[in-house]
Amino acid sequence: MTQNENIIIESGDAIQPFAYSVGMHGSKFFTELRDNRRFMAIKCPKCKKVYMPPRGVCGDCFVEMKDWVEVGPKGIISTFTILRFAFIDPETGAQKPVPYGYGFIKFDGADTLFQHYINVKDETRIRIGARVEPVFSKDRKGSIRDIEYFKVID
Amino acid sequence: MDRAAIIGVGTTKIEKSKIGETFADMAWEAVNNALNNAGMTIDDIDNVVTTSSDFWDGRTISCMAVGDASGAAHKNVSCVEGDGTYGAFYGMTRCLSGSYKTTLVTGHSKGSQSVSSLITNSAFDPIYERALGMDMVTACAMQARSYMHRTKTTPEQMAMVSVKNHGNALKNPLAHLPMKITVKDVLESEMIADPLHKLDCSPVSDGCAAVIIAHESAATKFKQKPVWIKGVSFCADSFFFGDRDISRAKSLTKAAKKAYAMAGIHDPKKEIDVAELYDAFTYQELMWLEEMGLADDSMAGKLLEKGDFNIDGRLPINASGGLLSGHPVIAAGLYSMAAVVRQIRGDVGGFQVKKAKTGLVQGLNGLGGQSHCVFILDKDK
Ligand SMILES: [Zn+2]
Repeated sequence: MTQNENIIIESGDAIQPFAYSVGMHGSKFFTELRDNRRFMAIKCPKCKKVYMPPRGVCGDCFVEMKDWVEVGPKGIISTFTILRFAFIDPETGAQKPVPYGYGFIKFDGADTLFQHYINVKDETRIRIGARVEPVFSKDRKGSIRDIEYFKVID
Repeated sequence: MDRAAIIGVGTTKIEKSKIGETFADMAWEAVNNALNNAGMTIDDIDNVVTTSSDFWDGRTISCMAVGDASGAAHKNVSCVEGDGTYGAFYGMTRCLSGSYKTTLVTGHSKGSQSVSSLITNSAFDPIYERALGMDMVTACAMQARSYMHRTKTTPEQMAMVSVKNHGNALKNPLAHLPMKITVKDVLESEMIADPLHKLDCSPVSDGCAAVIIAHESAATKFKQKPVWIKGVSFCADSFFFGDRDISRAKSLTKAAKKAYAMAGIHDPKKEIDVAELYDAFTYQELMWLEEMGLADDSMAGKLLEKGDFNIDGRLPINASGGLLSGHPVIAAGLYSMAAVVRQIRGDVGGFQVKKAKTGLVQGLNGLGGQSHCVFILDKDK
């Protein structure tokens, strides 16, 4: 009987390093988050929609946005999921301990949703419409992980 | 306006892992199946459009690696990065441009060669989102919850989509996961990302599909009776998932309306006979049905319970087994297109539906369906 042998070329630990420009909008957002624990969003001059996270152009109107607006830090859960399956953390390559929560947060004053972790210590309190507030990292570096997670406060 | 038709389709079997084949090997098989199906040789093909994703293929310019096996040598070849239906859209416009009479369109991917959650995580914004680790499954779990909240669709109704589609796949020899399962099996399968159980999610599969599109002046010159493209539209929504009402698919509603108008369809619920939709997750089949006006708002789950979308129902949906039964990302929409073309011709085999004059194919791309492409295919010109 012949046995099949699989010959496979693997990428191994090869990585493709990449440096992403955060742009003027990202710079302001992350600096305010890191230094002042404030959330800065941006408002469309035409449709008045307040965008979170901030970016340069309102796609619906195709106009440039320059009006900064502070939103939050409190908001509501717009939708959420609780992860029961170990996913790989793209930052570390390690598997994350389950369960943990993801949600789309609608900050007070914003019109679009902001993606982050939701603390699942008490799962029964997590529901669409629940009020949440952010818990900030002690050691903030100017990244999205300067927020540890959002926790339900009602 | 000039017309275009689909005159040949060919696919590989959808499998968990085609470990013995390269991307080009898969393309060779699908392309030759399509040529044989059409009664054409590669010399009858004027130009080629390949569809692939560099991330899924683990290399840049992934389209070029399959050119030789797709018969692109000495021809104009172009690439689309997105679902296969987008490649077909582009292929059709090339036929209608006056420059080409026939376009060969292919789509391929192999989910087996990478870590799919890392690939789909890379679709998120690298500045604000990617580091949080969300992937397609988690994003769609949030969309599912949002859709269920708005429409009161139940986990049982979602599970019935899985039961129906895996059951349909028992009659499709190309499917990756034909299964006879129950609602209980789905609800008791592992909870991956609440509210999505393992059996609410499609697998990530390997496969390649090819279709041949012809301008009307060439469409009747070969073996098959052409299946006419009567309507088609393509629409995109905002990139950031959080910008959208994620319980809805505004871009799909727009695309469907435009495609119906182009095809002269006034009442899609009555005039569409058969459809293959992008059921990457169970709730999506129901959500897309409603967003395309094939079911009233919040009613798809109830109509499903009544059997409306079964193979022998009023409007058979994913009679092939759909993507829940085999999901070669990128190629997916071309598999759906091949299935609907063969339904309309009446030669699809075991999962043939009774009446198939007018069919609908939906393809999508982006997180939770950022953009959608809708084709209306018809037996008559
Ligand atoms: Zn605007």
